Amino acid sequence: MTRFRTMLRDALHRSPRFEAVVLLLPAGVWLAIFFAIPLGIVATYAFRPRHILGGVYPGWTTVHVVRLVEPLYLVVLQRSVLLSLVATLLALIVSYPIALVIVRATRWRALLLFLVVLPFWTSFLVRTYATIFLIRDTGLINHLLQAVGVIRQPLRMLYTPGAVLFGLVTGFVPFMVLPIYASLEKLDPALLEAAEALGAPEWRRFVRVTWPLTLPGVVAGSMLVFVPALGSFLTSDLLGGAKVELIGNLVQNQFTSARNWPFGSALSLLLLVVVMIGMLARLRLDRTRTRPRRGT
Amino acid sequence: MTRRIVAVLAILGYVSLHLPLLLLMLGSVNVSRSGARWDGFTLEWYRRLLHRHDLLVALRTSLIVGVVATIVATGLGTLAALALGRNRWRITRAVEALLLVPIVTPEVIAGISLLILFSAVGMHLGLLTVIIAHATFCLPFTILVVMARLRGMDRSLEDAALALGADEFTTFRRVTVPLLMPGIIAAALLAFTLSFDDFIITFFTAGPGTSTLPLVIYGMVRRTVEPTVNALSALLVIGTTVLLLVAQHWMTPERVGTNA
Repeated sequence: MTRFRTMLRDALHRSPRFEAVVLLLPAGVWLAIFFAIPLGIVATYAFRPRHILGGVYPGWTTVHVVRLVEPLYLVVLQRSVLLSLVATLLALIVSYPIALVIVRATRWRALLLFLVVLPFWTSFLVRTYATIFLIRDTGLINHLLQAVGVIRQPLRMLYTPGAVLFGLVTGFVPFMVLPIYASLEKLDPALLEAAEALGAPEWRRFVRVTWPLTLPGVVAGSMLVFVPALGSFLTSDLLGGAKVELIGNLVQNQFTSARNWPFGSALSLLLLVVVMIGMLARLRLDRTRTRPRRGT
Repeated sequence: MTRRIVAVLAILGYVSLHLPLLLLMLGSVNVSRSGARWDGFTLEWYRRLLHRHDLLVALRTSLIVGVVATIVATGLGTLAALALGRNRWRITRAVEALLLVPIVTPEVIAGISLLILFSAVGMHLGLLTVIIAHATFCLPFTILVVMARLRGMDRSLEDAALALGADEFTTFRRVTVPLLMPGIIAAALLAFTLSFDDFIITFFTAGPGTSTLPLVIYGMVRRTVEPTVNALSALLVIGTTVLLLVAQHWMTPERVGTNA
């Protein structure tokens, strides 16, 4: 046993590459079996005949992929992409000021940061439920509005697209704040001082210095909001009721009540393609940004 | 002027993040069922939680799944991080980029693909399938966290140990591992939280009788708004806060030492 260990150690010692492969192997095999291969199976399932009890029959068909372009499903895809884009934009509008305030704070910095990190770690389900509690017909907002006399009948807020949007934005704001905060913190204050010394007013310093230099954080944060928003089904399910169906809900339905696994797989592939397009766009943007620009 | 607008927007952001949670916690000690009016203080909803046997069973399931998945993900992740964090070959950089794929894959897709895998090989959905699923989605995160720690570490300490005559294994055990520990603990905490909170992937990979806490809460929330859910949610928020404070204490600069 000891001899085996010495032999192994010698072998590892001799080749750092061999050592790296041995260390990577367990995680690599695990992710291959439980991530890559299942995704591959999903890709093949999209072309299989449907089994009514869930699962598939042997053989091949393109009916599910063709079905994807039916207007009924294209509308859902369009709605999902649109809602996710708007949620990302709103999250950015909320997050950038928060990140700025944290960076500028001195005494309260740790606390302000903690208040962003806390919801980041808090159960998404609990936070969504908290939103229901607040905006439902008999919730606090409606109660206050009625007490003040602004409205007579409770305002319908729950089960609307607006509720889903609110849930997505507040749900993912921490994911946006943290990358922006990280890039703001790395920003060299000397650059802003130089701009100020050269007479640039505050808004100009922001537009010409702060914004371009924190763009990587903005892009990273936007991806962290856009991707989970696009694939979400919990938010739309709980805050949108059955009324605001997103592509995530559609996938979920195929694997639960509808029992149409191949069509669900086809929908998943479509969702994955949209996400990958977003990722590639981000990589391209990163590349053009890191290239030094002249003349501006 | 601009500063004032920024401050107002930031305050609005903080309020929208925290007001719902604060009201939920108030609702959990409010006599009023709807929580729209303050009718007095009560611990009744917490008392009722104790009688919810299904919640206690689900909590147990969540803890078992969380602990086992965390051990698997942190163990495999630390090994992989040791390979990736020390070397900067083209291939390790490619592996790093590949790690982002599971992270950006929507959870619903990860969930259904595991469901399909388990049913294809005839595995019954149960505790084991949930643990496998959780370890899988935690693994890329643990690799990245430990790797970041390894990169920020002062490598000259290992060189010093080797120069002073310690062999590779002793150096690894006495220098590398202790220096890496904050990263490993951070990775484990992240993995456990991700596992404990996960709803979507668990939804597809849990079988009857292996519902985790989020699955049971989801079932309760879908049906109606109950004050007991407020109490349970409040406990989860408080638990998260305590865990986070402990984690921050563990990762303060003095303890982390050389971390950048």
